[in-house]
Amino acid sequence: MSKISTPAMQKYRETAGKTKKDSEHKNAFARDAWIRYKRNKTAVLGLIIVILIFLMAIFANVISPYGPYDCDYSNILSSPSAEHWFGTDNLGRDLFTRCMYGARVSLAFGFLSMVGALGVGGTLGMIAAYFGRTVDNVIMRIMDVIQAIPGTLMAIVVVACLGNGIPQLFIAMTVSVMPGMSKTIRAAILTVRESEFIEASRCLGASNLRLMLTHMLPNSFGHFIIYAVSSISGGIMCIATLSYIGLGISPPTPEWGSILSTGKDYIQSHVGMVLFPGLLIMITVLGFNMIGDGLRDALDPRLK
Amino acid sequence: MAYIEINRLKKYFNVSGGTLHAVDDISLSIESGETLGVVGESGCGKSTLGKTILRLTEPTSGEVLVDGKNICAIPYKKFKEMRTEMQMIYQDPFSSLDPRKTVMQLISEPLKIHKLYKNKVEMQQYVESLMQIVGIDFRFAHAYPHEMDGGRRQRVGIARALALNPKFIVCDEPVSALDVSIQAQVLNLLQDLQQERHLTYMFITHDMSVVKHISTNICVMYLGKVVELSPSKDLFQNTIHPYSKALLSAIPEPSLHNRRERRLISGEITSPIDPKECCRFAPRCPYASEECFTSSPALTEISNKHFVACHKAKEFI
Repeated sequence: MSKISTPAMQKYRETAGKTKKDSEHKNAFARDAWIRYKRNKTAVLGLIIVILIFLMAIFANVISPYGPYDCDYSNILSSPSAEHWFGTDNLGRDLFTRCMYGARVSLAFGFLSMVGALGVGGTLGMIAAYFGRTVDNVIMRIMDVIQAIPGTLMAIVVVACLGNGIPQLFIAMTVSVMPGMSKTIRAAILTVRESEFIEASRCLGASNLRLMLTHMLPNSFGHFIIYAVSSISGGIMCIATLSYIGLGISPPTPEWGSILSTGKDYIQSHVGMVLFPGLLIMITVLGFNMIGDGLRDALDPRLK
Repeated sequence: MAYIEINRLKKYFNVSGGTLHAVDDISLSIESGETLGVVGESGCGKSTLGKTILRLTEPTSGEVLVDGKNICAIPYKKFKEMRTEMQMIYQDPFSSLDPRKTVMQLISEPLKIHKLYKNKVEMQQYVESLMQIVGIDFRFAHAYPHEMDGGRRQRVGIARALALNPKFIVCDEPVSALDVSIQAQVLNLLQDLQQERHLTYMFITHDMSVVKHISTNICVMYLGKVVELSPSKDLFQNTIHPYSKALLSAIPEPSLHNRRERRLISGEITSPIDPKECCRFAPRCPYASEECFTSSPALTEISNKHFVACHKAKEFI
């Protein structure tokens, strides 16, 4: 084969290996999507909320002078004040601090359950869509069975069977989010499976795995990213619910659901203990849902 | 021995109404370095024939011999090696390239699949030389398919097919989605490549003027059957089958005088689902007789290397 050099090639050779991917050439699609996303005020608000909650969770120890377990028995169940923004709880712990630390748990579980469901459910959905027929039927019927049981109930069942603990909770939440995820991915893959470029790559000798990972997945990404983001809020709700009924994170670890649960005993005298974590759950879930909706609009090029 | 030999190849699809005979008992051969043009109207099974030969769809029965080796008998897992021998160029360069990959990624894909390079630099050089060969400027290396015009996109498709150094390429209407001006460029490129690399083509098209330009032999298909198979020149001078005549008369002639009589075929193409045992063209053929509706004509040699499947072939010579 002839080796002719043009200046463009030389330049490429020089830069090759130094920069892994030229950001200038980065997908025009993503850029357009971001422009559309920015135009949507609700979506931007959602993003701001989520970023704030994140900062709160990450810098909890910097923002607050108190620790989450610091008890001040001389100052229990106090009302919101300059020292204690959300007041204190029944053991005199600063509620604002505990809520910030609680955000860590909620966000971590929200993301972990999404990642777990995406990993397990996504793989199953992809396999179902790619191989079709019997494989598809078997996987999808199993998912139907799981989905027939309400998500929270399913999580309760799993925790009840496997016992209480972080890994068990993770499994429980993954299982309850998985069916929806696998169905979304299956549907997304089905739309690209019959594309000609898939056949063209098969003609080049590409293996099933290669077709799935390098062609089908990136091309159906837009479809399931929305579902993935929305499922984070589902995960946050789920862990809060589990903690509230005492099957999730157990006290004294700060967690929104468990703070709520403790607070319900004092709801008549000291409403802040229920109100603040409840509001935080609501706002966070709202934020993620707003992002999900915004993404759906932004990733649909027909809405250009 | 011919490089590609197809023996009684059949591809049936099960559809709701019965069995669709897309490719029905076709036997062909293509000599090394030659081009077989496959023509016929839309839906006659041309593309299915091409894809079945490449085993992109499994044949219902029959065999495909490449260099004397029956590729249909190779287990699917070991078929990957055969992919380097035979490749395909697709009709629509818009849908046959992954929209999320750059030209560099697209052209390097076959190299990655077959691990044809030692390191990244070597791979880039190989892609560069391929781009040079098919005539795309290197500044497009990071462009996405939608950022290029149809001709360049089709060149990317050709580069992908060439990357594995195949000996046989099925060109499935490679120019029909392109502008007329670009059609000629791409056709010339394909012909140059054929001469340089001694490629064997199977050129599927419904454009008679294109097929005349490029083919050594021409095979005319109608509803999954070969109706006429002959050396290119012979077919144009000495058309025998009524269907081929009608097809050829449809080529526009740039002349004001000397108008030829156009033979229009009446009626629609009949259903390829569970066809009756008769000449498939009979319902639309102006010369059809009783015999044509009761028995299916076999492909017989009328003159040197000129095969026709028609009961009345002798009358038409």
